[in-house]
Formats: sequence, C-alpha cells, structure tokens
Amino acid sequence: MLEGNHSGSPEIRAGADASDALAESRAADVSRAKILARDVNVHYGDAQALHDVAIDIADKSVTALIGPSGCGKSTFLRCLNRMNDTINHCRIKGRIELDGEDIYGRSVDPVQLRAKVGMVFQKPNPFPKSIFDNVAYGPRIHGLAVSRQELDEIVETALRRAALWEEVKDRLKSPGTGISGGQQQRLCIARAIATQPEVLLMDEPCSSLDPIATSQIEELIDQLRTGYAVVIVTHSMQQAARVSQNTAFFHLGHLVEFSDTNTVFTNPVDERTESYLSGRIG
Amino acid sequence: MNQGIQVAETKHILSAFDDDLNELFRQIAVMGGMVEEAIARSTEALRTRDNELALRVIGNDDAIDALEEEIHRATVRILALRQPRAQDLRTVVAVIRIAISLERVGDYAKNIAKRTSGLVQSPSQTGTSASIRNLSVSVRRLLKTALDSFVRRDAEMAMDVLVLDEEVDQLYNSVFRELLTHMMEDPRQITPSMHMLFIAKNLERVGDHATGIAEQVSYAVTGSLPGEERPKSDLTPFDDYSIEQFKHDSKEKRT
Repeated sequence: MLEGNHSGSPEIRAGADASDALAESRAADVSRAKILARDVNVHYGDAQALHDVAIDIADKSVTALIGPSGCGKSTFLRCLNRMNDTINHCRIKGRIELDGEDIYGRSVDPVQLRAKVGMVFQKPNPFPKSIFDNVAYGPRIHGLAVSRQELDEIVETALRRAALWEEVKDRLKSPGTGISGGQQQRLCIARAIATQPEVLLMDEPCSSLDPIATSQIEELIDQLRTGYAVVIVTHSMQQAARVSQNTAFFHLGHLVEFSDTNTVFTNPVDERTESYLSGRIG
Repeated sequence: MNQGIQVAETKHILSAFDDDLNELFRQIAVMGGMVEEAIARSTEALRTRDNELALRVIGNDDAIDALEEEIHRATVRILALRQPRAQDLRTVVAVIRIAISLERVGDYAKNIAKRTSGLVQSPSQTGTSASIRNLSVSVRRLLKTALDSFVRRDAEMAMDVLVLDEEVDQLYNSVFRELLTHMMEDPRQITPSMHMLFIAKNLERVGDHATGIAEQVSYAVTGSLPGEERPKSDLTPFDDYSIEQFKHDSKEKRT
C-alpha cells in the first residue's frame, strides 16, 4: 500500500542496502498510525458518500473531522467501527486498518471490534438501567470481569476516567436517565471506555449540551487522549480548534485537507477549507 | 511568490463581519494618511524653516495615538465577537501590528518636528536639507506602497517595499557621511548636524516600519513572511509522517 510513498531522508535511499533500511523505516511509520485508511469509498445505494479517503489517525491524540452537513464526516467516522454494516444499502470499498489489521477482514467480529473502538453519540443515550448497569453492560457481555469485585473496580475506574464518579458514587443504583444531560453524556463516555477500548469515536458529543457541560466534556476529551486515539466529529469549529491536535476537513465526500490543527485554523492550504472556516460563501 | 488564497473578494455569510473588517481597513487607511502627512509636513517645516508648521505636526500626534487606540479596541472586539479564522485571523493580527508601526511612525514625525522647531530658532544652518528631503520623499513612497499593498491585499506589491527600503538605507548612509564632513570641517556645526542626523535616523526608521508593514501584508495574504516557505508548522514526528503521507497521496491522486 505504501509502495513508493515513503517520504524519508535521501541518505536512507542512497545506501547500499537501501531497500532494507527503507522497509524497516516504513514498517516503523506504519506502526505509529493507530488507524490507517486508504481508498475508502462509500455508497448509499447509488449515491456516493465518500470518495477515495486516505488518512492516518494518530494514537494518543485527538483528530477532529469537520465540514458542512452531508460532507461525509459522520459516514467516515461510522466506517471506523463498522457501524455502517447495519445499513443495508451501504457499500464500503477500500481498506481501513486498526494497528495494521484490516477491520473489514473476514475473521473480524464487528462486536469485538466495537469493544476496541468505542463510540459516543450526539444525544446522550444511556440505557434505561441504573448508572452502574450502564457502565457494567459492556464488561459483562465481553466477560471482562470474573468477580463482582472486579466489575465494581471496572465501573469505578471508568466513571472516574469520565470525571463522573464524585457526582454519582452515592447513587449508582439510580436510573442513568435521571441525571443531567451533561452527566448522561459523561455516563455514555464511561460506558464506552469501560470495555477498555483503544479508539474512541465521538459524533458531535456536545451538540445537545450547555456551555459548562461542553467544557467538562472537552476537558475530559483532553484527558482521555493520553490513553486513546480519539476521533471527534463536530460542527463547532471552535471545539475542533480547542480539543484536537489534527484536523481533517471534508467537503462533498472528499477529504480536502488534513493537517495539524494550528495550520488548518491559521493557514489552510485549500480554498474550500479557507471559505468554510472563515464563514464565506465558497 | 505564493499569492495565498484569493478569498478576500468573496463575502462572509454574516455580512456584519464584512462590515467590521472593512471598517478596520478604512481606519488603517485613515491612520496611514495622517502619518504620511505628518512625515511630509515635518520635513517640509525643516526645509522652509517653518516653526508654526512644526508645532502643528507636534500637536496632531495626539489624534494619531487616539486612532491607534480605536483600532486596538476594534480588533479586540472582532477577536472576541467574530472569532476570525484563517485569512481573517491573519488580517486582524496584521492590523494590530500595522497600527503599532504607524503609531511609531507618528512619533518619529513628532520628533522630527521637535528638532526642526529647535533648529529654526537657532541661528546656525546646515546644508543637508536637500538630502534629507530626498530621504523623506523615498520614505513616504515606501510607506505609501506598503499601505496601498495592505488595502489592495497585494503581497507582490508589498515585496516592492523590501527592495525600496535598500534605497532608503543608502540615502541615509550618504546623509550620515555628509553630516560627518560638516562636523569635521566646522565644530560649530556639531549641534545642528547632530539634530539633522537624528532626523535622518528617524526617517530611516520610518523605512524600517514600512518594511514591517509590508511583511505583515505578506503574512495576512499568503500566511507566511517574505523569504519564508509556507509554514510546514511544528509537527510532531508522527504527525509529520501522517500529514506528509496525506499530501503525497493527494498529489498522487491528482496526477
């Protein structure tokens, strides 16, 4: 896949056993991308939603996907944990690798994949169960805990990581739907991280929250990036600027620009990115 | 020379944002005009030994300072309320720096006028007025080119300023040598010559500020300072890989 794409130093290429050195450094490069996508094309029936998307998503950092409605950013996000599998007329071509393994490979169980690639949605959607059971749900179905005590620990750790423990530790038996919207969203994040995923996908996680709850989630995202690769779809450009290290701009199903967030927001290369960011009629 | 992304002509969806930015451009143009005039008048006062004109230049500096304050408030307001991004952000940052430069140029004009006022009241005369006038003309052309390039968002025009500034430096050097000769020939010329030297130095500094303004125009329009490649930005090793990879792939796709 990466044949001829290496951008390494010329000295490596010039050496006698250049090909070995090249292969080695290439392997190192690949291992650093948590998720690697190449030639991703997605169709919903006859309509093509994504065109030849190629992107490398870094581990332990936040990657923001931005773009106008219908640009394909959510479609792409949903490809990363095979959420699109459930849509009958959706066809996905290309290659998406998690740690070098094709996630659309025959041997991959989507349920297992989703334990590794967790997801948080736009609207907080706790199960109609207790706070404890919401978080314990994933570890239970994946058999991550052998004892009640171990399950308690997993739930507490997840709630602590989601910065919710202090607020709910005395009412773990109350329904998850009974807490505030911001708390519910943090509960959903706790549920997503309880299965110890490696990647966390977030589809506009703050769009139904007030500014304070939004700040709390953003702080949480910033904390979480030390342990996960986080990919966030957001309509708020300021949120992308605040929480992400890299930003990808999608437009009409194409990945137009992908760079570090500072460059995208101060000095984008593509005219479409510039127009979108500065709120101009393109 | 990278000409940046030409979107300045397209309008914002929120038209009030365009109004705000246009107002900034107008204020910079007004301030630039005031400062150009201050430089012109201060050297004119020196040439014609017109103390009254020199005093007027000194008095007008407050208006220039006030306008700088006004521009500063307007830029803070835009940053707070409009949250500009990309070229808009660079433009607002450039405006802040250009306003500071123009305020300094106003101060130089005031200083020239002060020294002129002192010189015209003393009996001694120096013979370098013509050279100073040439320097003043060159510097004003520099300033005007820099400001025009800003208003037109023309990075190539801004580059002309950098070339013209070399000419100003050469003129300053020749004034310096001329004054040195006067002082060596006649020690009584030392005091007025020193004032003339400071005046010449002030004009030379105005040229430097014009260059600084031109550099800001380049930054606002293209995203990079003159002589600088378009920023690759400070990438971590990983980012470097993935983003370079992305660029490579995009390029390959196009070809």
